[in-house]
Amino acid sequence: MFYNEDFETLPRQALEALQLKRLKSTVERVYLHVPFYRQALDKAGIRPEQIKTLEDLQKLPFTYKQDMRDSYPYALFAARMDDIVRIHASSGTTGKPTVVGYTRKDIDNWSELMARSFVSAGVHKGDIIHNAYGYGLFTGGLGAHYGAEQLGASVIPMSGGNTKKQIMIMKDFGSTVLTCTPSYSLYMAEAAQEEGIDFKTLNLRVGIFGAEPWSESMRKEIEEKLNLSAIDIYGLSEIMGPGVAIECLEAKSGLHIWEDHFLPEIINPETGIPVAEGEKGELVITTITKEGIPLIRYRTRDITSITYEPCACGRTHARIARMSGRSDDMLIIRGVNVFPSQIESILMEIEGVEPHYLLIVDRKDNLDTLEVQVEVDEQLFSDEVKHLQVLALTIEKEIKDLLSVTCKVRLVEPKTITRSEGKAKRVVDRREIR
Amino acid sequence: MKVEQISVFIENKSGRLAEIARILGEAGINIRALSLADTSDFGILRLIVNDRETAKQVLKEKGFTVSKTEVVAIEVPDRPGGLSNILQFLDQENINVEYMYAFVERCGENAVIIFRFDETERAIKALVEKGFNVLEGERLYQM
Repeated sequence: MFYNEDFETLPRQALEALQLKRLKSTVERVYLHVPFYRQALDKAGIRPEQIKTLEDLQKLPFTYKQDMRDSYPYALFAARMDDIVRIHASSGTTGKPTVVGYTRKDIDNWSELMARSFVSAGVHKGDIIHNAYGYGLFTGGLGAHYGAEQLGASVIPMSGGNTKKQIMIMKDFGSTVLTCTPSYSLYMAEAAQEEGIDFKTLNLRVGIFGAEPWSESMRKEIEEKLNLSAIDIYGLSEIMGPGVAIECLEAKSGLHIWEDHFLPEIINPETGIPVAEGEKGELVITTITKEGIPLIRYRTRDITSITYEPCACGRTHARIARMSGRSDDMLIIRGVNVFPSQIESILMEIEGVEPHYLLIVDRKDNLDTLEVQVEVDEQLFSDEVKHLQVLALTIEKEIKDLLSVTCKVRLVEPKTITRSEGKAKRVVDRREIR
Repeated sequence: MKVEQISVFIENKSGRLAEIARILGEAGINIRALSLADTSDFGILRLIVNDRETAKQVLKEKGFTVSKTEVVAIEVPDRPGGLSNILQFLDQENINVEYMYAFVERCGENAVIIFRFDETERAIKALVEKGFNVLEGERLYQM
């Protein structure tokens, strides 16, 4: 089943011709409208008209997340604010988020790609989609929502949290499709069990899970416990949001990246040079239809591989493998992106000194947990318990306010956190993404 | 009239208190009084010792976070109502007690109560004026 069969099954040659045409127009657009790109291209000594083949893409400079931070809030927009109809953002290092803007056409394209993604997962008009991705600045909720409406399915805008209510609604409303993070789905399964509700009695048929890394064994567990078919979806707000790539129900073997809108490359993160087909490397994406904030060769930092082998489902778009890690130190905690440096700067704000801290990420009852250990030195120490408790609570609150992540602060004795070669290890990730 | 207390940060895990006792014992430090405030994660050990400087130094050398805190020691007769008199007076004077602990003198008939006030100077002045027996630090250290 397809949502847009012509485009989803476009023969490779026609697809590449379309990609080249769209790439050219994107490069022209950013050169004309975005000073950052004009400077970057001038510096690289390349002009838009020199892009003559898809291979010429490699002559273009990379775009990094830092470039987006430096352009806060709107400097990378390639459309006039008049034409921007939606703004989303993800959390940033010093409290400043990474901002993305969408034109009407961007929203239409995003809705279509999400609708395509739903169909690829086996969802159709008539389905009742229980959307438990967070609504708000995060792209997950609204992205899936618009796609569901575009498809003509019934969407329940649940957003996250309030698990008991989620289960009640899923049961009473007869939801057939669940969209949320994979770990939250397992959490719901356990909560349902406690309520004495068996997922086998629900109408759920398909689950579309993303926004955090997961694994084949987790898929098996989810499919057993929730009695549905679990599909992996990929997206990131910088590029669009959810629906950049998705598995097909037929093969469940790699995620089709919508190549008529995104140009994927897999590179060696150290050298920046493309790796061979099937080899692991960092995913780099160039958007070729976006108007609001087109990105050239954006370094996603996600590690995957790509294959152009034909797929059982008939889609001609390349497939990327399940994400197997990051080429930077970003953590994904309950679907929220967290960099250790963000927590470091929050601690610095509070303490006024460079803190010794350690982040311990774990998964308990299928939910990610974050513990922030902070060494108590003489400057922080007080002989009064309440002062230290207030300190811990203040840190917890600041992290929650700025990063939208709930954490537990544990005050520890000095030198508890191991230092190696003068530089401390900052993260212990005990989650097993098997 | 102030007494110097040593405060030590300890994580709430087994063996930490024993470690501190061992370090102080090996350094020949005599503990006069102590109290431990604890939460589920950490504790604060408060000590009155005979040799504050050495105690602080050896604990710091072993990696503990140590601070010195000024507290007030008051001697009261070791009989019912001894503590109540002081607390009632402090309440009248609106003097806030952050925390306190007490011990009974070795062979005397008195108890010593150690107070941590938020306004130490004002508390001492009021207590002395009222005739309470506020102890000198030196006396306590050598008690």
